[in-house]
Amino acid sequence: MNSNRFTNGALGVLAWGVALLIFFPILWLLLTSFKTEQQAFTVVPNFFFSPTLESFKMALAQGSGYWHYAWNSALIAVASTVIGLALAVPAAYAMAFYPNKRTDFLLVWMVSTKFIPAVGVLIPIYLVYSAVGLLDNALGLTLLFTAMNLPIIVWMVYSYFRDIPKDIVEAADIDGASIMQTLFKVVLPLALPGLASTGLLALILAWNESFWSITMTDHRAATLAVYIASFKSAEGLFWAKMSAASVLAIAPIIVLGWFTQRQMVRGLTFGAVK
Amino acid sequence: MAIVELKNVAKNYGSQIKGASSSNAVDNFNLVTRDGEFVVLVGPSGCGKSTTMRMIAGLERNTEGEILISGRDVSQVPPKERDIAMVFQSYALYPHMSVAENMAFSLRLKKRPAEEIKQKIDEAAQTLGIQHLLERKPRELSGGQRQRVALGRAIVRDPQVFLMDEPLSNLDAKLRVDMRAEIVKLHKRLNVTTFYVTHDQVEAMTMGERIVVMKDGKIQQIDTPINLYEFPANRFVAGFIGNPSMNFLPAKHVDGVVSGDGYRLSLDAAHRAAMASRGAADVWAGIRPEHLRLSDAAATNRIEGTVDVVETLGAVTMVQLSVGEHAVSAQLPGHRKVQLGDTLTLTCDSDKLHLFDNESELAIAREPTAASSAAEA
Repeated sequence: MNSNRFTNGALGVLAWGVALLIFFPILWLLLTSFKTEQQAFTVVPNFFFSPTLESFKMALAQGSGYWHYAWNSALIAVASTVIGLALAVPAAYAMAFYPNKRTDFLLVWMVSTKFIPAVGVLIPIYLVYSAVGLLDNALGLTLLFTAMNLPIIVWMVYSYFRDIPKDIVEAADIDGASIMQTLFKVVLPLALPGLASTGLLALILAWNESFWSITMTDHRAATLAVYIASFKSAEGLFWAKMSAASVLAIAPIIVLGWFTQRQMVRGLTFGAVK
Repeated sequence: MAIVELKNVAKNYGSQIKGASSSNAVDNFNLVTRDGEFVVLVGPSGCGKSTTMRMIAGLERNTEGEILISGRDVSQVPPKERDIAMVFQSYALYPHMSVAENMAFSLRLKKRPAEEIKQKIDEAAQTLGIQHLLERKPRELSGGQRQRVALGRAIVRDPQVFLMDEPLSNLDAKLRVDMRAEIVKLHKRLNVTTFYVTHDQVEAMTMGERIVVMKDGKIQQIDTPINLYEFPANRFVAGFIGNPSMNFLPAKHVDGVVSGDGYRLSLDAAHRAAMASRGAADVWAGIRPEHLRLSDAAATNRIEGTVDVVETLGAVTMVQLSVGEHAVSAQLPGHRKVQLGDTLTLTCDSDKLHLFDNESELAIAREPTAASSAAEA
């Protein structure tokens, strides 16, 4: 009993420690964003200072382009998620309700494409994009993000569909529903919570993406990731402004995540917990 | 209403599912129903009864043979065009729809007028006593109520054929007996050709006008309940139909008498004639527990053993005896006092004895009389 309590206590402390460790960079980011550039540069970290909104003003100022980048981020994230879901739903439907010998392999193969380092395919994709004029193009980035997230979306939607008893789909079949009617009147309404968390995850992954955003766009189609990176300029690093920009970039997604965390947790357990 | 015909129907999953056996899940299935007949498919799990039903439904395609509904070959026709309704073991109600919406689903897909849909739902709800549940969601219903909704969803469609896949197996024992009677009554009223799958031989016996006994994908026997009981075609059917199940004793035949360690049974005329050509042969002797009764050591037909288990059920007492190295159960009148370890002598009438070939396990010389066959046809 006693040792049990001790173990629980120790685990609690450990959990708090890990949580703090993970949260610390964000805390530091937040603190830095309220500092002046001078304060941000002090070698001995400074936890107590009089906060200033100077960096935020700069980051949001006319000409900084924050709203331009934020709009791109939102547009591309939403579009890639919608296209991803539209492609994944039929694929997952076929695999969940009409599996064949190759279904398992197909699922693993799709996810295995995520094992390829992005840099490995950068050159060919860059050359193709350059040839067809999709560089620095919102559509180009949307397609990339769709492709990037599709395996995860298919896998998740598939596992939600698998949770729907096959009998129900067969009952609809016998009741005279076409595949489309079964999908829209029976399967999708039942999988709606799962689809929502899948969409949310895809949205977050697309919003947070930086590698492709930075390499494939310049300004026109650039996202917030590019905006943040732009503070690392030839003239040097602007810690406070970069932090303020970062806070502004992650704020929408953190707020979204906060309000949907229950949904997210359920989503990420892949329907294992009901 | 329809006549359903299955001609040489077979199902092989080999090419469809990874790791599936290459042998047929259902093999050489032949059956012609009467219009409005209640046919029960029964057998142990994995015998192919559900697969057979799913082929009639169109949820599985038959890999061989033909399935005809009202003379139309539906083998290549999708389920929704077969004009069948199915009740699933899990009920398979649409969880996000109310009871009324569940029942209306198929009619709405067919674009029936709202007036007609409402009328049909009301009728079905009345028949099944679920009028007060129409606005509820399936999760708010008890098992028995869900079962009724599943039946309701099937009957509003006026299908040519009803398919019921173990519809009662998720209900508790008492409710199962009630629903059993209700489904039979419903069938009498609607008079729609019905296939009913169950693994429960009591359900099969009480509900079926004809029963198809299956094992390992093959039909063992198709007959009326009483014929299955009295004239089982082979040892499997004999053991499967009837509760408690038939006793089997390995026996040696000599001159119209089969015997073994602890038992000696003389044959009736029919068996005698059939065995005459076989001479001294090994056979299986089958006797139902309810045909055994207490006797004295002088009886011509006798089975002697010591009592191992006594189960007092009130109306009857079930006794299990060791006869030589075999176990035999007997159903004795309830008032008989039997003690563990007693030595009992049991007897049975020769015409209640079943004989089965030692190797093929087919019944020897027990066939329905002309009268009972006529009744079946």
